[in-house]
Amino acid sequence: MSALIKIAVQAGVIDTYALTNALEKSNLNIGAMASFTGFCRDEGGVLTALELEHYPGMAEAKLNEISHEAATRFSLDALTLVHRFGKVVPGEVIVFVAALSRHRDAAFDGARFVMDYLKTDAPFWKKEHRKDGSTGWVSAKDVDDSAKSRWK
Amino acid sequence: MKLVYFAWLRERIGTGEENRDIPNHVKTGGDLVNWLATLGDEYASALAVPGVIRVAVNQEIIRHDELIAGANEIALFPPMTGG
Repeated sequence: MSALIKIAVQAGVIDTYALTNALEKSNLNIGAMASFTGFCRDEGGVLTALELEHYPGMAEAKLNEISHEAATRFSLDALTLVHRFGKVVPGEVIVFVAALSRHRDAAFDGARFVMDYLKTDAPFWKKEHRKDGSTGWVSAKDVDDSAKSRWK
Repeated sequence: MKLVYFAWLRERIGTGEENRDIPNHVKTGGDLVNWLATLGDEYASALAVPGVIRVAVNQEIIRHDELIAGANEIALFPPMTGG
């Protein structure tokens, strides 16, 4: 059976409870769900917002591709992946992924695989808006490249 | 050719999208980055470190030594920082 995959790139707030709830009721043969939620931090009171820029079209296509790759690789039953764009304030969700499968290993691996690939391959960029009025683009991290290499 | 730019590349160049005639000698992603860098100070500043620039042809990332032939849209952007 092919996996039920849902992806979204949205300007509106991500409601992780609603997404989780919908998944929990989606299929009675699911034994495990592992999810990851990425939040906007205030960096110890320094940050007022993150501005998330994306490449419309390619962003959705990439999230879809990564999700299908994960579903195939780990034989997932369902996967939901949602990413924000636009201005996000500290405490709000930037990204949510949930992977569902019959057993826990595939669910954990699926969620982690999606996040590791998303970080380096999905066309999103973060710009910091700080309390002192300054702004700056977030730099890519080498650690994100090495995280992806664990799946080679 | 439709060219699109994102993040600090877009800010430094001063536009997110433009149409340009690409000269015949520009064959690869790397050629395109090097040629654009000659078009003015904004471009030179945006593309000062060619190695970090990602090139996507029709929304698929290519290596700098790959051809841009057949492109309808070429995007240039910095390393991605989503998630």
